[in-house]
Amino acid sequence: MPEDLSLDAVSVLLVWTAVAVYALSFIAYAVDLARRSDLALKAKDAAPAAVAAPALVAAGGQTIGQIRAAEAEAELALNARPADRPRLLWARIGTALAWIGFLFHVAATVLRGIAAERVPWSNMYEFAMTGTLLVVMVYLVVLFRYDLRFLGTFITGLTVVLLGGAATSFYVVVVPLADPLKSVWLVIHVFVASLASAFLALAFALSIVQLMQARREVRAIARVGADSATGDDAPAPRAPREGPQFLRTLPSAEALESLAYRFAIIGFIFWTFTLIAGAIWANDAWGRYWGFDTKEVWTFVIWVLYAGYIHARATRGWRGNRSAWLSIVGFSAVLFNFIIVNQFFKGLHAYSGLS
Amino acid sequence: MSRPSSDQADPSAPLRPGDHSDAPDTTGPDADRAIVQPQLGVVGWLRWGWRQLTSMRTALVLLLLLAIAAIPGSIVPQRGADPNGVTQWRADNPDLYPVLDALQMFDVYTSVWFSAIYILLFVSLIGCVIPRTKHHWQALKSRPPRTPARLSRLADHRSVGVALAEDEDAAAAAATAVDEAQRQLRKSGYRVERYDTGGTASVSAERGYLRETGNLVFHGALVGVLLSVGIGGGMTYTGQTVIVEGDTFVNSLGLGYTSFNPGRFVDTDEMPPYSLTLDKFDVSYGAFTGEAGHGMAGDFLAHLTVAEPGQESRNGEVRVNHPYEIEGDRIYLMGNGYAPTITVRDASGGVVFSEDVPFLPQDNNMTSQGVVKIADGMPDQLGLVGFFYPTAATLNTGAIGSAYGDLTNPLVTFWVYEGDLGIDDGTPRSVYTLDPTGMEQIAGGDSGLASLELEPGQTVDLPNGLGTVTFEDQRAAGADESVKRYVSLSIHRDIGAPFVLVFAILATLGLLAGLFVPRRRLWVKATPVDGALRLEYAGLARGEDPAIAQAVSDISRTHLAALGRDEVDLPPEVERPRRARPARVHTPDVD
Ligand code: HEM
Repeated sequence: MPEDLSLDAVSVLLVWTAVAVYALSFIAYAVDLARRSDLALKAKDAAPAAVAAPALVAAGGQTIGQIRAAEAEAELALNARPADRPRLLWARIGTALAWIGFLFHVAATVLRGIAAERVPWSNMYEFAMTGTLLVVMVYLVVLFRYDLRFLGTFITGLTVVLLGGAATSFYVVVVPLADPLKSVWLVIHVFVASLASAFLALAFALSIVQLMQARREVRAIARVGADSATGDDAPAPRAPREGPQFLRTLPSAEALESLAYRFAIIGFIFWTFTLIAGAIWANDAWGRYWGFDTKEVWTFVIWVLYAGYIHARATRGWRGNRSAWLSIVGFSAVLFNFIIVNQFFKGLHAYSGLS
Repeated sequence: MSRPSSDQADPSAPLRPGDHSDAPDTTGPDADRAIVQPQLGVVGWLRWGWRQLTSMRTALVLLLLLAIAAIPGSIVPQRGADPNGVTQWRADNPDLYPVLDALQMFDVYTSVWFSAIYILLFVSLIGCVIPRTKHHWQALKSRPPRTPARLSRLADHRSVGVALAEDEDAAAAAATAVDEAQRQLRKSGYRVERYDTGGTASVSAERGYLRETGNLVFHGALVGVLLSVGIGGGMTYTGQTVIVEGDTFVNSLGLGYTSFNPGRFVDTDEMPPYSLTLDKFDVSYGAFTGEAGHGMAGDFLAHLTVAEPGQESRNGEVRVNHPYEIEGDRIYLMGNGYAPTITVRDASGGVVFSEDVPFLPQDNNMTSQGVVKIADGMPDQLGLVGFFYPTAATLNTGAIGSAYGDLTNPLVTFWVYEGDLGIDDGTPRSVYTLDPTGMEQIAGGDSGLASLELEPGQTVDLPNGLGTVTFEDQRAAGADESVKRYVSLSIHRDIGAPFVLVFAILATLGLLAGLFVPRRRLWVKATPVDGALRLEYAGLARGEDPAIAQAVSDISRTHLAALGRDEVDLPPEVERPRRARPARVHTPDVD
């Protein structure tokens, strides 16, 4: 290999290739969502008008029964084996591209590790590289179990932004590890934190879709009520929008919520582990297991937020939308902790590698 | 105390606060009275208050408050973690400082408001966990509940008809079939109970008590963590010391420490009597390549000789991430630097000062600052403020700087002050700084005279014929390097830490069980129907259980396979009219 093309330089090239492929994947997934909207509209038009009792027809044209039936069908599809899933051409293209991007991403990360002669997660650039790798990996693995391709735009979009952003703004050349980082706990603590974030990211995305879906459900039902109240002949009142049409092809808000919860609790367990591993490491490196260092504070805040989320799911009046907001706030705190706290907050965790 | 949410009929259901989402809806008129309007009288109000405090909603609100209240401490510097930051903040924001200080913003984690939140949270937690634990203890001893009359009302239900032989006794066949189901269920960890009535046989099975056990262990362990932190903190001490190569630290408050912070319950007369001698300090510097990260220092290693009374002295090593443990103390390597050996002689050549002076590093290339104070032996007190450069180089500006952390071209420069050092009145002064007020600068800076510059082994004259200053070359004394190094060590004792760890691990294990062990009931029922058996399989999730449907289909599959009977079509069960089936199957009245 010629001198001027170091392993690290190859790694950077691979990162950008991965970003480009993920961007294509994003586009394919976006086309998929648009086509789902089409499909949803067509399905609606095809529904025999006679079946829909007039009093129950929403202004949008769907009955409650149709909404529920569509959601039940979507829920079946969500849990279907890969072979039995609906054949969504663009979603398939999106997933194939995500896999290709992922392979480049793996290669980039591994090469960076080889170039640095250590695990590739010890400064901001590398955290972003490994973190997004895990986000994509968890997503791709989960796809074998649940058909979450409707989150494809979110996952690839997030990855393009974070990975591309990190390569642009956080890139640093390989430097030797500072002494405090030479520890097995670097390998464990940071890796598990990234893994936790990956699961929390999925929960976050599902919570957002859940909120959109809940809004649509409420409005659709309100329309049915409004229509039956005004009667058939009266012009339908201008009903509020129900949000993107592709929501019609997705499971009910309740189903989305329980799936979000499942990912959130896995993420929470990993986060708990991160917290404990961090304390053990701090006890070795800094002589105390807990000192309310800024990064420690934020790790704690995130942990408490998700404990709150779990409680909310079990508290009357907090299930549904409110708990979804907590999941969203929780993951926003994860992102804030990574992007803002690492760079701008003073503390002992000064390992961003940026000056 | 807190309203049991589970009806008396089902003692095996976990006890939950009244506003738990699984609890029976309390929005009815009776419930309203119970919750909103306490019976008059002190006891009534107390009960009401306690119920509020131990409710799910309060726990949730307090958790969210705790998260929010923790944030300011990451934005404003904290006295505990960063006292210098607080001083700086005060200098930068003189107007805002008193306001924030009054709000305890610089001591967030010991503030009244932060403490109030977590103490309330833990009172709520204990108030919640104790009755639940009692209840769970009873539940562990209870039997799975009676099989519901109509299994078909459950969401996860499967009904299969199987053929009987011509002359087979239907009731006996039903019993045998259920025996088999009972065996299978018990094998997969269910607690089982038979409920046979007339010709119908059924087994009721329950599993997942571990879920509630885990939940209680988790919450209990959190209390353990808090207590260990609180009590352990009182028995903790932290001290700092500096040891120059060749010197010895003695673990005693009067002798060794440069600073010492004991917890409330620490007896400082009972410190373990050991001593540490720094034999050598190793550090390696990355090659000077001119690229990013070049010249970075690493592999810090302090070689110690450890001595304890009545024991032979032994070697010890302290590295970053690898503290040395002795007598329950942990010794950490916190920093290092150079301690040039400086000798000052008076005009007649008599030695008035000769010490290794630790210089504090100011940058990555170990430009370091140090102070020599001479209180006696000179006509007036003398203060020397020095800079040390391990690799001295002239910067573009003409000033001297250090270009590299290792000792390749060591140089010391001094400014000299004459006058009153201000140490005679007993005010404690840092050994690393000099307050020149009331002193006259006689070399360097604005004094008109150049500062003193010395390489190892060199001696220069002090101004005004006061005497000389020598930067001793330690190689002359047989050392490997011209300048001695020192380490700063931090010595900690924290008896609480292992307890905190044990409780944290317990909490995690409890969490795993509490979140992932499914709690569910399964029923298998065999009913004879004209020459055939109707086998019914039904399940009820208790709490989050994504796999309940799978569990029902699994037991029906393995059970039918074990029976090996032919399946037959049966007429549908006649459903007598009854009230509407509940839309959500969280807690249907199964009895
Ligand atoms: C330091 C404060 C607290 C934290 C960090 C915390 C955290 C958690 C977590 C992580 C869970 C889910 C784990 C599991 O189910 O085992 C949970 C569940 C639960 N917590 Fe807490 N908790 C706290 C205080 C409380 C308090 C004060 C109460 C009583 C009002 C309470 C009642 C419950 C209940 C009933 C559940 C089970 C929820 C369900 O049915 O799924 N917790 N808590």
